[in-house]
Amino acid sequence: MQAPSRRLPALRLPRRGAPQLLAFAAILLVDWLVSPQFFDLRMQGGRLFGSLIDVFNRGAPVALLSIGMVLVVATRGIDLSVGAVMAIAGAVAASLADTHALPVVLAASLGAGILCGAWNGFLVAVLGIQPIIATLILMVAGRGIAQLLTEGRIVTFSAPGLAAVSNGAVVGLPAPVVLTVVVLAVTVLVVRGTALGLLIEATGANARASALAGVSTRTTTLAVYVWSGFCAALAGLVTTADILGADANNAGLWLELDAILAVVIAGTSLMGGRFSVPLAVLGAFIIQAMNTGILLSGYPPELNLLVKAVVVLAVLLVQSPRLAGLSLLVRRRTA
Amino acid sequence: MLAARMHRLLLAATVLTAMAAPGASAAGLTVGFSQIGSESGWRAAETSVTKSEAQKRGVTLKIADAQQKQENQIKAIRSFVAQGVDAIFLAPVVATGWDAVLREAREAKIPVVLLDRDIDPSGKDLTLTAVTSDSVHEGKVAGEWLAKTVGSKPCNVVELQGTVGASVATNRKKGFEQAITGTPTIKIVRSQTGDFTRSKGKEVMESFIKAEGGGKAICAVYAHNDDMMVGAIQAMKEAGLKPGRDILTVSIDGVPDIFKAMMAGDANATVELTPNMAGPAFDAVIAYKTKGTVPPKWIQTESKLFTAADNPQAVYDSKKGLGY
Repeated sequence: MQAPSRRLPALRLPRRGAPQLLAFAAILLVDWLVSPQFFDLRMQGGRLFGSLIDVFNRGAPVALLSIGMVLVVATRGIDLSVGAVMAIAGAVAASLADTHALPVVLAASLGAGILCGAWNGFLVAVLGIQPIIATLILMVAGRGIAQLLTEGRIVTFSAPGLAAVSNGAVVGLPAPVVLTVVVLAVTVLVVRGTALGLLIEATGANARASALAGVSTRTTTLAVYVWSGFCAALAGLVTTADILGADANNAGLWLELDAILAVVIAGTSLMGGRFSVPLAVLGAFIIQAMNTGILLSGYPPELNLLVKAVVVLAVLLVQSPRLAGLSLLVRRRTA
Repeated sequence: MLAARMHRLLLAATVLTAMAAPGASAAGLTVGFSQIGSESGWRAAETSVTKSEAQKRGVTLKIADAQQKQENQIKAIRSFVAQGVDAIFLAPVVATGWDAVLREAREAKIPVVLLDRDIDPSGKDLTLTAVTSDSVHEGKVAGEWLAKTVGSKPCNVVELQGTVGASVATNRKKGFEQAITGTPTIKIVRSQTGDFTRSKGKEVMESFIKAEGGGKAICAVYAHNDDMMVGAIQAMKEAGLKPGRDILTVSIDGVPDIFKAMMAGDANATVELTPNMAGPAFDAVIAYKTKGTVPPKWIQTESKLFTAADNPQAVYDSKKGLGY
């Protein structure tokens, strides 16, 4: 029993990621068609510079969010508060940046994110409030908290340490991209290297049955919300470092929806169960490749949302099992 | 207990006598101000400037923060009417739905002055005047500065628009285009929305730089607000360009950080959206109350252009404490 069940996912994985990889390649191709210099790369100030790098650099915050979000969704939950948590983490970091040492700033900011995640987890796992409502509370209140911290202003800072979170480089790659890869690697290692991933999927597939079978669903649920809060705080640090300031009104605004979209593009069901962290990250980069393409295309901005909607629809249609069945049926008829 | 109550009674009595005095001087005026909220730095600055302008004229000011809700504003106006203030300032959160409450104010013979935003024409007869900025004119001032600065040299402009559909964005775009129509050498080559935010302004500028040959083909950036320009300036610097020298910048609002950029030589010009809407409003109310002068229906605030020649350090110092 042990051997085949271990080999099966490995065999399945490439087929599972095929639609997403295909969509990513297709969007990059379209980007290249609308803007021929899309794949041009050069070094600028010690890091790679080009539109392709922009896709990964600008996509990093949503990619970070989606790493936390995909685990939450796998437990049949949802975290609407990630955008607000980004704003809180950014506000904390920017307020402290010029007066405190970098480790203190990072610890306070990430700590705030973990605290927010723990609050969500407490509401969902301990009090049993439905995730969409439980996290809606922090989505609304969190932005208010961030605005209180910044007093409604854009709090700017000049500390180079915090700025490096966004404009730094590791072997020529922008720091946010490296950060995303590291968080992705750690998350995959933890959830797939141990039984944690299985426990998360079990919790999402059938919480009651899992609990009866001895899975501590409460701790599992709490843990994924905490991780989501942590990832959101990281994303908040990246966006704050990017503009050298905390904009509580706009930081992370509506990004929770992009993160959920990334998770859905990755083929994870909102009803919980099977999930893939790398594909969620790929989903985030698919969204960003589309955004960057729209910006490069020179189309009037009134079309932005329309183009985005059509592309998302296309990507999701490719994955639709019903549609796959339908096309098979059509092919059989015509044959 | 009793002493406190007596004190309050006495206070009320003085207020009453002050109001009853014929031909009340400016010093005796009480004005109620229904402010939208504090959603942006500019609005916070408007509130603090209103306070200082009231103090300057010896006007007693009562501020009600509506937290972005019309019903709170209507409540505030009703309570101002009940308190018998001399005038009401209203920064309306939306354009419609004011007729009933404005009629109540008119029946109480309390003039209402609109600040910073206008309302639908149906309610206009019920207000004394409106003090607002002309956002088409703001765009025009920005465009005229650019046309004057580049002269007859060909100039490719990239534009960072405000939020799609926002009237301010539409108007600032229109005004700028009107100003540059006379100069065919100035062309808007790219225009995208940066949603009025720093991070979107930066992201959009990054894409403009790549799409226009690494930024070499861009001669100037026009942003519908300063925050987007602050982001765009960062994008240009990170791409190895020199904003303010290689690429001219002109934006609108006059927030403190753009003056900081101007001091560093990174920004060239900004058109101020003055947070002092209350000053002209107080003057209009005082003239109306003391001399019976009816002001025009619209008082347009000045859209002043600031460049590096206008001592950005001094402007920055005067603005940074206002709550932007």
